[in-house]
Amino acid sequence: MPRKVQVQTKLNGEQVEFLCEPRQSLLEVLRDELGLTGTKEGCNDGNCGACTVMFDGRIVTSCLVLAVEAEGKEITTVEGIAAGNELHPIQQCFLEGAALQCGVCTPGILVAAKALLDQDSNPSEEKIRFWLANNLCRCTGYDKIVRSVQAAAEKMQEAR
Amino acid sequence: MATVFIPGSMRDLTGGQAEIEVHGSTVRDIVDELDVAHPGVKDWLVDGNRLKPSLSVAVDGVVSPLGLLQDVEGNSEVHFVAAIAGGC
Amino acid sequence: MSDQSYEPSMVLATKTFDVVGTRPVRHDGADKVTGRAIYGADVTLPGLIHGAVLRSPHAHARIKSIDTSKAEAHPQVRAVVTSADIADAGDKTVDLGEGLTRLAFIRNNVLARAKVLYRGHAVAAVAAASVHDALEALNLIEVEYEPLPPVLTAPEAMKEGASLLHDDLTTTELGKPTDKLSNVASHFRHEKGDIEKGFADADLILEKEFDTSTVHQGYIEPHNTTALWNNDGRIQIWTSTQGPFTIRDTTAAILEKPVSQVRVTPTEIGGGFGGKIPVYIDPVAALLSKKSGHPVKIVMSRADVLEGTGPTPGSHIKVKMGVKNDGTMVAAQASLAYEAGAFPGAMVIPASMCVFAAYDIPNVTIDGYDVVVNKPSTAAYRAPGATNAAFATENIVSAMAEKLGVDPLDLRLNNASKKGTRRADGPKFPRIGCVEVLEAMKSHPHYSAPLEGPNRGRGVAIGFWFNAGLPSACNIAVNADGSITLVEGSPDIGGTRTSIAMQAAEVLGLPIENVSPSVVDTDSVGYTAVTGGSRVTFATGLAAIRAARDVRDQMIKRAARIWGVDADTVEFEKGVFISRNGTENRMTFAELAPQLAATGGPIVGRAGVNPPGVGGSFAGNIVDVEIDPETGKVTILRFTAFQDAGKAIHPSYVEGQMQGGSAQGIGWALNEEYFMNPDGKMMNSSLLDYRMPTSLDLPMIDTCIIEVANPGHPFGARGVGEANIIPPPAALAHAIHNAVDIDMRRLPMNPVAVMEAIWQKNGVTD
Repeated sequence: MPRKVQVQTKLNGEQVEFLCEPRQSLLEVLRDELGLTGTKEGCNDGNCGACTVMFDGRIVTSCLVLAVEAEGKEITTVEGIAAGNELHPIQQCFLEGAALQCGVCTPGILVAAKALLDQDSNPSEEKIRFWLANNLCRCTGYDKIVRSVQAAAEKMQEAR
Repeated sequence: MATVFIPGSMRDLTGGQAEIEVHGSTVRDIVDELDVAHPGVKDWLVDGNRLKPSLSVAVDGVVSPLGLLQDVEGNSEVHFVAAIAGGC
Repeated sequence: MSDQSYEPSMVLATKTFDVVGTRPVRHDGADKVTGRAIYGADVTLPGLIHGAVLRSPHAHARIKSIDTSKAEAHPQVRAVVTSADIADAGDKTVDLGEGLTRLAFIRNNVLARAKVLYRGHAVAAVAAASVHDALEALNLIEVEYEPLPPVLTAPEAMKEGASLLHDDLTTTELGKPTDKLSNVASHFRHEKGDIEKGFADADLILEKEFDTSTVHQGYIEPHNTTALWNNDGRIQIWTSTQGPFTIRDTTAAILEKPVSQVRVTPTEIGGGFGGKIPVYIDPVAALLSKKSGHPVKIVMSRADVLEGTGPTPGSHIKVKMGVKNDGTMVAAQASLAYEAGAFPGAMVIPASMCVFAAYDIPNVTIDGYDVVVNKPSTAAYRAPGATNAAFATENIVSAMAEKLGVDPLDLRLNNASKKGTRRADGPKFPRIGCVEVLEAMKSHPHYSAPLEGPNRGRGVAIGFWFNAGLPSACNIAVNADGSITLVEGSPDIGGTRTSIAMQAAEVLGLPIENVSPSVVDTDSVGYTAVTGGSRVTFATGLAAIRAARDVRDQMIKRAARIWGVDADTVEFEKGVFISRNGTENRMTFAELAPQLAATGGPIVGRAGVNPPGVGGSFAGNIVDVEIDPETGKVTILRFTAFQDAGKAIHPSYVEGQMQGGSAQGIGWALNEEYFMNPDGKMMNSSLLDYRMPTSLDLPMIDTCIIEVANPGHPFGARGVGEANIIPPPAALAHAIHNAVDIDMRRLPMNPVAVMEAIWQKNGVTD
């Protein structure tokens, strides 16, 4: 059996430590070792976006990141979007805008959308669609997702 | 009198007739009546005491989940259709 | 990209309600936006180990031997199973809730017996400490195959002398069994009127052939299951499924257990669209659990999903229609040859019910063929069979309109089915909204908006789906604070637990926040058929309505007892119990609720339904496209979806169904297909190359909900889940035709296909 590697990383704002085999992906470790099952597996080869997380300021498909690469990095998953008990505007707008049906793509889309709104407070429809193009959704046709991101942008601007 | 529409694949049992008027206050009555005049019809339609699971009965256009137990009014139309309830 | 403002439009809404028709946040919302919701792959149990499935590399082969000894010797492997571990199904049949089928077709698909019939067919499985160990161990299983020639399309499989998949499959010809060994499981026919006379009466006859490719439902969440075969012999399963009772009954039948020994818990589900109705890995996981003494979880890989589950049939369709010069359709004939995949059961019967359903045509003949081929055994995909058929019919109807010089919507309106129109498969339509959908399309601003510029065109199409009723059960308990808990058994794929709760809330005059709905396991609620067939809002909703009325009636009796009056004198209006009996007594639901325990005990309402009165749904599209003449790429400029919902219980989720079905239809139309090489291997079994629409491929999808109330439901609801996937390929073909004057008869209409059609039209040769 391969020897496990000890990894220290900052996850959703907290320092965590875990053991993993070198062959395990970040997605697998988040879900199976750290119990954070919010990030989903849809394809395991980077083509559906269900496993999207923030990794040192970039959005990545965590199925294509080895867990050992998390050493010393800052990672945000869907579990880190809400501020304690209060939903983030993007989450609230998704609920009010019915931007989810089965909900399995939602965690990845929320992480990606929040990353967009954190760097562009008023993105155009085209930019939103481009930004979310690696997050497949099979249920909604993306219409209500895009509108909810627009609504969240507006809500976040009002809060400023 | 209810009018029973005979599915194409059953018409050799009814001498080619496509529509037959039958007395009966339930689908079961109607099937029994049909079988008297056209022997073999009941075996074709019924399994034990229910309609064959591959079949449904529609009375006046409404598929009935009650099968043989469904009441039939005078002047009703009775169709036997494939028991496909729906896709997904 | 569209630039019109978002105004959902409701046409012909005839009644307003307090809760029904509003847009509350769904009850499972907080869990789903925080990652807390438990989907099947998230399930964990003490001692959990992991399973993996070995699948056939051959499209068609005899299994000569399976040697699992090396896998069993792997230090991390806890169990290995093959087909030898499951009893033969013989001639048993099983009711999956959507019709009867032979158990052997399912059992032999779960684990191949004697032959493998498609690449991806499951052959064996292992369970090991980790999924990596399980995958390693699969490589240690030695299977000896004798490859056989595969057949990959219906026409190929139907030829005399074609390689046969089954040595015991004979054709049922027009309802009668025959001795003819064949790949054609059945040929059936619907007839109405006199087809020869019909064509003789026609002034214009059009006849074309069409081909559609195999496509997959494409749910983002792969199949998964966790099974525990407990020491008391009871099997518990947690699984991503559209039908927990179907999984229970089928697994019990395969494993020869009574259903009382099997409990299935539906986890939250990441999409289904019909593909998560059949059983695949649950019996396998249960057996691995039995052999290992551990709970076993199996999660399918994406390649296994594409190669080892149930895509929708590819098809070869011929349609011939006749019309008079005044625009009256007089004759219609169709031949529908559908690929069933490895086992019989292609959804060609539903296709035959829908192919001409939208039109009142006096003379119709429809021939349907259920044909096995060496591809995965097909499953339902959202209005199964109808999308293929509409691609053919709507092409011809629009071509008729063009030749006659009439508006394509007018031609459809002049022949539209109405209440009393007789369908080719027999029954007459009850009240339906075909005319209303067409009129909504005609009067919509999209239809008259100018569309200028080269290589641009507009297309229209309509489609019909009959929808399902089927059994559902529901229990409602009253809490002391005046709220209710509602328990039902329909997996919630798109917000249905809320639309069901809304219907109960409406009956009881409660705000939606005072209803707490749950989707429960097969031990906790009465038999409930699959979430599918566009049935849940209608049938489980009806069960909730009746359970709520049961609560209301019991509480009326309780109020009467408290007041010492006759129950007949007590009424219930908008949440208030009123007795007008000399003096007026009033009590709200919330005032009566805390008194229940002390006045006779808790009140629980219940209902079990298998309702008639199902209302079918018509859907339509208007779509504008622009073709790039250099690449064949089709860009959708504007898309409007129309659908008759009867009554939109939760309009946001009705719109969501319309938009989702449209997006799937667009993918089906423009790009999705199984690329099979001549050996029957799918060359594009990843989401990179099985390319579904992304957010960048689509514009906003505008929706227009039409409400022609279904007389069979107290609020008028019709199922809406499916009909919306039917028109898009046909509407896009029409738009492409109007843009660049080509006639697309094959799906998908991908850039290569479009370019080849353009070159052929321009007389360009290599």
